[in-house]
Amino acid sequence: MTDTRKPSELRGLVGSRTRTLLAPRVTGQVRYTDDIHLPRMLWGRIVRSPHPHARIVRIDASRALARPGVLAVITGKDMPERFGIIPWTPDEYPLALDRARFIGDAVAAVAATDERLAHEAAELVDVEYEILPAATDLQTAIDKPEVGLGKGGKDNVSKEVDLAFGDVDAALAESDVVIAGDYYYEGSAHVPIETHCAIGNLDKNGLLTVWSTTQVPHYLHRELSRVLRVSPTRIRVIQPPVGGAFGGKSEPFSLEFCAAKLAMITGRPVKFLYTREEEFYAHRGRHPMQIQMKVGAKRDGKLTGVDARTFIDGGAYSSFGLVTTYYSGQLLTLPAFADTYRFRSTRLFTNKPPCGPKRGHGSVQPRFAFEVSLDKISRALAIDPIELRRKNLVPPNTTTLNGLRVTSNGIEQCLDAVEKASGWKERWGKLPKGRGLGVATSAYISGTNYAIYPNAMPQSAVQLKVDRSGVVTVFSGQSEIGQGCDLMLAVLVADELGLDLGSVRVISGDTDLTPVDLGAYSSRGTFMNGNACLMAAREIKSKLVAAVAEKLDVDPRNVLVTRGALVVVHDPSRGVSVTEAIQLAEAKFGTLGAVGHYNTPKLGGEYRGGTIGASPAYSFTAHVAEVSVDARSGIVRVENIWVAHDCGKALCPTIVEGQMEGSAYMGAAEALLEEHVIGPDGLHKGPNLLDYRIPTSLDVPDLHALIVESEDQEGPLGAKESGEGPLHPSIPAIANAIFDAVGVRIDRLPFSPARVLAALRKKQADENARHAAAE
Amino acid sequence: MLPLPVFDHHKPKTLSAALDLLARLGDKAVVLAGGTDVLPNMKQGLVEPEHVVSIAGIEELRGISLVREGDEDKLVVGAGARLVEVESSILVRRVAPALAEAAGQVGGPHHRAMGTLGGNICLDTRCRYYNQTYFWRKSLGFCLKKDGTVCHVVRGGSRCVAAASNDTAPALIALDADLHLLGPRGARVVKAHDFYVADGVKNTVLEPGELVVRVSITRQGGRRSSFEKLRRRNAIDFPLLSIAVRLDVSGVETTRVDAADVVVSALGARPRRVRAAAKIRPGTPFDVAARELAEGAYAECKPLPNVDDDTEWRREMVPALVERAVTRLEG
Ligand SMILES: Cc1cc2nc3c(=O)[nH]c(=O)nc-3n(C[C@H](O)[C@H](O)[C@H](O)COP(=O)(O)OP(=O)(O)OC[C@H]3O[C@@H](n4cnc5c(N)ncnc54)[C@H](O)[C@@H]3O)c2cc1C
Ligand code: SF4
Repeated sequence: MTDTRKPSELRGLVGSRTRTLLAPRVTGQVRYTDDIHLPRMLWGRIVRSPHPHARIVRIDASRALARPGVLAVITGKDMPERFGIIPWTPDEYPLALDRARFIGDAVAAVAATDERLAHEAAELVDVEYEILPAATDLQTAIDKPEVGLGKGGKDNVSKEVDLAFGDVDAALAESDVVIAGDYYYEGSAHVPIETHCAIGNLDKNGLLTVWSTTQVPHYLHRELSRVLRVSPTRIRVIQPPVGGAFGGKSEPFSLEFCAAKLAMITGRPVKFLYTREEEFYAHRGRHPMQIQMKVGAKRDGKLTGVDARTFIDGGAYSSFGLVTTYYSGQLLTLPAFADTYRFRSTRLFTNKPPCGPKRGHGSVQPRFAFEVSLDKISRALAIDPIELRRKNLVPPNTTTLNGLRVTSNGIEQCLDAVEKASGWKERWGKLPKGRGLGVATSAYISGTNYAIYPNAMPQSAVQLKVDRSGVVTVFSGQSEIGQGCDLMLAVLVADELGLDLGSVRVISGDTDLTPVDLGAYSSRGTFMNGNACLMAAREIKSKLVAAVAEKLDVDPRNVLVTRGALVVVHDPSRGVSVTEAIQLAEAKFGTLGAVGHYNTPKLGGEYRGGTIGASPAYSFTAHVAEVSVDARSGIVRVENIWVAHDCGKALCPTIVEGQMEGSAYMGAAEALLEEHVIGPDGLHKGPNLLDYRIPTSLDVPDLHALIVESEDQEGPLGAKESGEGPLHPSIPAIANAIFDAVGVRIDRLPFSPARVLAALRKKQADENARHAAAE
Repeated sequence: MLPLPVFDHHKPKTLSAALDLLARLGDKAVVLAGGTDVLPNMKQGLVEPEHVVSIAGIEELRGISLVREGDEDKLVVGAGARLVEVESSILVRRVAPALAEAAGQVGGPHHRAMGTLGGNICLDTRCRYYNQTYFWRKSLGFCLKKDGTVCHVVRGGSRCVAAASNDTAPALIALDADLHLLGPRGARVVKAHDFYVADGVKNTVLEPGELVVRVSITRQGGRRSSFEKLRRRNAIDFPLLSIAVRLDVSGVETTRVDAADVVVSALGARPRRVRAAAKIRPGTPFDVAARELAEGAYAECKPLPNVDDDTEWRREMVPALVERAVTRLEG
């Protein structure tokens, strides 16, 4: 293949397979929050409720405080201020004030001189409870409003969204085929390898510093100030590199408030490190959803209408639930959809660990139901499922029926890529029994259009400091959580200014040092922070160019930035090194620095909730999964997943592929293994890594990442997201492949061997009965 | 992190020093070999020893060899042999393939590098209501294996049925292994089958202060063995079922089975020897033996909801695994 890029682009670090800056990550040099040990540091430990729903009658800390080395115990009364990531639904206290709402809910916290002592002291805090009726599953929450977990205590409802676009009933009535199905998506957890950790410290100047494994330092800063009633000018939040988050660290948690409060009380630094068990209680994982979905189509495969009724198990608190409830419907209308749509989603509170945003927030579950429905339609109409999708694609540069503005859209190329790579045409429907292929597609946001709290300020910002030695430092509010945003920024700056990567430093996630960025969630990092960074870098670039033009006495338009030097376009032998250019510019303009920011254009449908799901750009994905199913045991093995993903432009292809593979892996894990189950007694089925099974390296399918680049007009150098979109199609692609392999539909996650075997047996029994009847 | 509680640590260099220590410390002490079972259990408050006696430094417990005794060859494996050594030993793979296969499927590579055969033989039974943190068990209301009075697996049950989860146990039983024990009252040899009892609280006949010193298995011509394990992931997981099969195949006619033993574990507290195996008539063709053994195992083995997966599915998998284990030995 001939490369059609311009020579200057060929030399760029953007799009190259560099891994520089990642070395400390993979060699154990990165210092995580738990690696920080401060002099005189105390250890904290949270006392948790052993009951799913109970009133706190009395807390007696005297036995704990009597232990030598125990310095303080705090309870809900010490921080009687509600918080919540969504400003309209604050319903959590750092420590429960009067009611514990799930097993594991935080009710008190201790600080002691070492970790073991803190654990022991927590056992010595005596809490008297009055046990209340509980709803430990979705159905009970629906059936028993009197449990009263909702606002005002009259029902268990957290949020309800009811939206309709066009006349769905008429469309379904006129359809040649209508597929109605009941789907259940089990909840799952993020399981970051690094559990939550936070350290609080109050210095003698009155500055409160909180180090935390957060992915939203800015929101944490705001909430710490509000809850602790300390001016934000007296708080600094530092987010060290995070060891995995996946959405599970995108709101404030009890430990951050407790570490800060106990540091304020004791005058000593206090650290909290969640155990694996506590990580499961802090949760905010994927919501269990029960989905009834109808999808209609005409004989030619044209989709007519989609009607969905969804119940969402929210767990004990609101978290991002308002957004989740919208996302459970709003994000379904791309990439292939019908002309009419109605969805009604109800999120209910239950006495379970609170659910929240997990990679592919809110939209992975309905995507499963929808893409399986499409597969059923394709079988009913005898149309190849890839063709079926092609017939219904929403084109680029349009608006969807629910008002999402679509710009770049590479879904066709994605479908082409997986069709070809998987050998679909030769193999789908033709593999030996027990082996099958399945396809699914999806689309996802590159950031949300609106901040979580309404404001007119930028969503993302960067400051550049340029040193006369030739070093450029990027101060970014983005959170490096292992997704590689620091490298992404370094690559952009290096290319703009002609630097090598070794000359670029990135400092991120520190509210004292860096400008505000809203955080690492909603797949907003590359799009928003990348644009902010480009803006700042281009300002510096123009200064370098101007200074060099003056020195060489040429028109600035004739100065070209190359790696290491700024040269004259038509006479590259004339030029100055980048370092010299920086010095010339510093002499000419004074100390060099620049700021850049990004804010979204106004977008979204003109109706209540129409802005939720609006994004400046959408990514697109297609998967083909290949499975083998052992009919004797029901064990499904995912052999291959081909993942084609339109990320706009792969600024760092190695990282993009890593995100695509990681997403597909995570989806496959939810499809086959992971289930976050709370028993009828409200107890977590097994809050540890033996009982909650994440795949080992031996259980991971072969993953084939196929990057598609649609060059988004508004993205930084054309880039969009790649961190969440590629997860969605894994699950339905696997479900559809199972059907291709053995002819059974498993409409409930996970596709466990027991479930698959039962379905196979049932199919056999049905067939036998049919034969018997025929004879 | 879950902290370890405080304890005194002892590391005797000889077997006799270890036995003396254990006799002196009595029930305040617990033996630690590789620690891969004991240490997590201590973190969860399942064992609360004041003293930990590590036997990891005792040379006498190590080694794998073939020993001539009278006119028999015996495979002798020290209790201190690491599972990775057992798994990769040519001797074990020749004489007792089921044992090598079982050792090779314990946990993950790290567990096998630290874990020992002795520790595996003496592994505590496991249960979804027991192998949890103190907080979790307290929220549940504890159970009769530890700190409580009721069983959550068999409601109203008065006896703990936690699952024997050590993969080597069924292999050792099927191979008719001898366990050599040494304790305050001297040395004794117990058949692997008789070592285990049907009591989930303590499922071995090991006496206080007694150690497993080594294991011996008689080498016999025409003896074949294999091991199969049911689990959801291909590493780390404890067995949802573990199955060992031993077949004696006559000299020339290797397509026929003369005698068989099938042991199924991870059902209840004690590995179960399938009675149907004793009924195999000499000269039974392989496919017939496979079917009879599988059917027998299915009829006799009823998993309990003591470990976490669908109980009915686990039961359905018994014959499938037995059949696979037998079929692998053909030819
Ligand atoms: C995540 C995880 C997964 C695991 N998966 C499996 C699995 O799949 N299959 C499996 O079988 N096991 C599994 N294990 C358990 C364990 O790793 C193995 O059983 C291992 O063989 C135990 O050996 P050890 O030397 O570490 O035992 P230790 O922990 O040192 O001891 C275990 C018990 O045996 C006693 N003991 C040890 N040696 C002797 C001796 N010579 N005489 C008398 N008593 C003794 C100890 O007092 C203790 O009660 C797993 C463990 C973990 C943490
Ligand atoms: S079987 Fe019953 S008594 Fe034994 S550990 Fe399990 S719940 Fe406890």
